[in-house]
Amino acid sequence: MTERALPVTLAEAGRAPGKNWLGYAGVRVAVVAIIVVWSLPTVGLLISSFRSPDAITETGWWEAVLHPFESAQQWSLANYTTTLGAEGMAESFINSLIVTIPATVIPITIAAFAAYAFAWMRFPGRTVLFAIVVGLLVVPLQMALVPILRLYTDLDLSGTFLGVWLAHTGFGLPLAIFLLYNFISQLPKDLLESAFIDGASHLTVFIRLILPLSIPALAAFAIFQFLWVWNDLLVALVYLGTSSDVAVMPARLNELVGTRGDQWHILTAAAFVTMLVPLVVFLGLQRYFVRGILTGSVKG
Amino acid sequence: MSSQAGSIDRPTDWRSLALRLAAPVGAALAVVAIAWSIGFLADPDGPENALIGLYTALGLNDQAAALSREGLEPILSKGIIAVVGLALGIGGIWLIYLGAHAVLELLGPRWLARLTPWLFIGPALFLVGVFLVFPAVSTIITSFTEGEGFVENYGFVFTDPDMLIALRNNALWLVLATGGSVLLGLVIATLVDRVKAESMAKTFIFLPLAISMAGAAVIWRFVYAWQPAQEAQIGLLNAGWTALGNDPVPWLQTPEVNTYLLILIMVWLQTGFAMVVLSAAIKGISSEVIEAARCDGARESQVFFRVIVPMIKGSIIVVATTIAVAVLKVFDIVYVTTGGRFDTEVVANRMFAEMFRYRDLGHASALAVILFLAVIPIMYINIRNLRRQGIEA
Repeated sequence: MTERALPVTLAEAGRAPGKNWLGYAGVRVAVVAIIVVWSLPTVGLLISSFRSPDAITETGWWEAVLHPFESAQQWSLANYTTTLGAEGMAESFINSLIVTIPATVIPITIAAFAAYAFAWMRFPGRTVLFAIVVGLLVVPLQMALVPILRLYTDLDLSGTFLGVWLAHTGFGLPLAIFLLYNFISQLPKDLLESAFIDGASHLTVFIRLILPLSIPALAAFAIFQFLWVWNDLLVALVYLGTSSDVAVMPARLNELVGTRGDQWHILTAAAFVTMLVPLVVFLGLQRYFVRGILTGSVKG
Repeated sequence: MSSQAGSIDRPTDWRSLALRLAAPVGAALAVVAIAWSIGFLADPDGPENALIGLYTALGLNDQAAALSREGLEPILSKGIIAVVGLALGIGGIWLIYLGAHAVLELLGPRWLARLTPWLFIGPALFLVGVFLVFPAVSTIITSFTEGEGFVENYGFVFTDPDMLIALRNNALWLVLATGGSVLLGLVIATLVDRVKAESMAKTFIFLPLAISMAGAAVIWRFVYAWQPAQEAQIGLLNAGWTALGNDPVPWLQTPEVNTYLLILIMVWLQTGFAMVVLSAAIKGISSEVIEAARCDGARESQVFFRVIVPMIKGSIIVVATTIAVAVLKVFDIVYVTTGGRFDTEVVANRMFAEMFRYRDLGHASALAVILFLAVIPIMYINIRNLRRQGIEA
């Protein structure tokens, strides 16, 4: 490794096997090791979810990987049928869909209107109001729990889907407005001005011009909000509760941890069912997701 | 605007008259539809009653009677709620905006121009006011007045023995989970930058970010699972631990280590986020700068610490503050794994317990305010950093 001073990056060394190949191999081994360590917990869960209850408690899941055909009866899909049926995960799955879709669509629509107004309209108090809305990013969710719970009890909104949609909308708006504002305010000025000269109203410009152009930003935030709401436990526990007709999947999963604490055949299957939709969304739309993260946390 | 003023001079044909009438009628219909949907959605028996009403209106009295006798299939009832909810969520909101805009148009171009901004931001301001501004003020007031008052509510936070443990744990979480995620994210971002299958490698590290904290808690409860010494260990950690000749340890019930093991779950979840942002920042450094450093004889470690790290300092601060805020509010992981027992309590979990187990809203509000106060300086650092980046860019 005396050649370190040479202006050859390790990646280049990998492409042209030279004297640095040892260093490149070291990096590769390290990366592979990290990937294995990072994936083992999830892999263990996934494999165990397909093993029979006895097999799970008698041997570690890695034994099943090392000797997959030693005892054929260790594999089964029964965990999933139990979890989805008797343990109520199928119903929770539907509840999660009912909660998540409106709780994603509503805030995006409202935030897009507001972001456009903050970016392209002139009205008194614009700067102050925008600063307040963005400043509300500081307020932790916890600050809202007690008063909104009281309000919902008065309005009979506790335990209703409507209550959860509105709560997720309210909590998600500051970030949504902030992200969409960053995007919409960067759109070319000439484009809008020519539309206004043609006599278009703000509403027309917003619908015909801004929304279609903002699809990347809308998609990025939609994925964010979808995953956030789908994975949320706290808001669901406080405003929706754990009764089976409304419980979302994280809440049901938590109930199962409480009641089936050591029955890993149920817990592993239940956890995997909970993760299924986020993983599909994530793997399918990873590019938008990464872009959303980068615009959300880094300037520009 | 000018074209609209011009249209007034033209003789109004029947079509523009109809359009003008359609606006207020549409707005009125929208209000009725939304009010009805909200009432419908707030009532758990809404779908059932609506169907009974529909059957009765159609003269299908037998079906209506059967339905009120047997009730509606839960799945069907849910499907109806979902459809109405989506219709309200998308259609209803658009109806509000379009209907109100139509009404504003009736008032003439001057008022239209003056009021349109408020129409656009009005719903957002209303919801943010109801769900964030009002609760924040209300929580602060509650923390001062509820129960035995300010002194007791806040005194509890800093004197109760369990709370002292929670505060210590939150400090541990803040330092170790944030530091661990940023450090690992930085190391991994640097490493994967140098292998060919970079994007695939990143996906594996990034994947946990899509998993719920409740799901992650179950995954890791399984890793930390414990069985008595004579039985086979099915948890990865105890399997490795006993293979080294030790007795199995009930990790999550052991106060000396359990908080650290819970923090590890958070690091596992958040490292991918740090890696993605920092990796993008590293790629933003011009390769000439790095090459120049290497030409000047800098070793790889020097390139890393003296060139790369200072140049992405802004991104490191963004990542660290973002993760720190999430870590301060951590709830799910502790709630699902230990429920705050065995000395793993944290502020957000205790707040939930105060709300629902002890029914002490004064304590709960005081804890929320403490979290709020803890978040403010972190957000301040974040905003100041973003400002500085903005000036430099």
